[in-house]
Amino acid sequence: MNRISEFLVGLLFGWGLLISAMTDPSKVLGFLDLAGAWDPSLAFVMGGAVLVGLVGFTVAKKRTSSFLGSAMHLPTSRHIDRRLVLGSLTFGAGWGLAGFCPGPGIVAMSAGEPKAALFVVAMIAGMLVFEVLDRWAKPSAARDSRA
Amino acid sequence: MTIDWTHFTPWTALAGGILLGIASAVFILVNGRVLGISGILGGLLVPRRSDASWRVFFLLGLVLAPATLSLLAPGLISAPRIEAGNLAIVAAGLLVGLGTRYGSGCTSGHGVCGLSRLSPRSLVATLAFMASGFATVYVIRHLL
Repeated sequence: MNRISEFLVGLLFGWGLLISAMTDPSKVLGFLDLAGAWDPSLAFVMGGAVLVGLVGFTVAKKRTSSFLGSAMHLPTSRHIDRRLVLGSLTFGAGWGLAGFCPGPGIVAMSAGEPKAALFVVAMIAGMLVFEVLDRWAKPSAARDSRA
Repeated sequence: MTIDWTHFTPWTALAGGILLGIASAVFILVNGRVLGISGILGGLLVPRRSDASWRVFFLLGLVLAPATLSLLAPGLISAPRIEAGNLAIVAAGLLVGLGTRYGSGCTSGHGVCGLSRLSPRSLVATLAFMASGFATVYVIRHLL
């Protein structure tokens, strides 16, 4: 059951990215270009997603296990540190440079877009660079704190 | 500020956004997982026993999204227009890969799920990558 649900959630998320046009870099850049002809569409994407997400996470926070009985893997880190801010600033620079973030990059690649494939390969390379640097910087620290 | 009314698509944006929200809510409620693409993909690059299969199944669904949606509702997909050259694409990919892993999340993990669970950490991350995205596009389109 878990595997089926994970697969369907991935499918649904991909459809959401396609329908909202997050997979179209010119649309993303139109939103990020405040000084040009600004396209506010992506604010509606975020708004719609967070509105529904708020309901889901409000319920999720009160639960000790998922509907299928697995543990709730909610992030526990509360530190706002240099790592979080510098990492996010770096990500934003890459996002503004090409108009792709991770999910839309993967979906556009799967739609057969060669430049999206190039983006995903470079993104995985960037993630591997992180693994190497991180292991070299602090070999024994706990390293599984997502979001 | 001028609004680009010709490209403004509030209804498909809202509909797509709602789907993203439903997927994120189902993932945490049914599977107990936070839907963050960079974390899901990044976690596969350091193989841990018993931790890979859920990531693979999620990503499989994501990868099959274009083919399935083009069968069901081809009119809903707009072809991507990519302005960046190959060099910029590679640089962008490296920055996104490195930055999302250092910052522990991207538009989905921090932007959608983090804001939905009212995490101050994710709010800071989202404000940081948005500001940086705005600044980068400003420099590229209006200064260079």
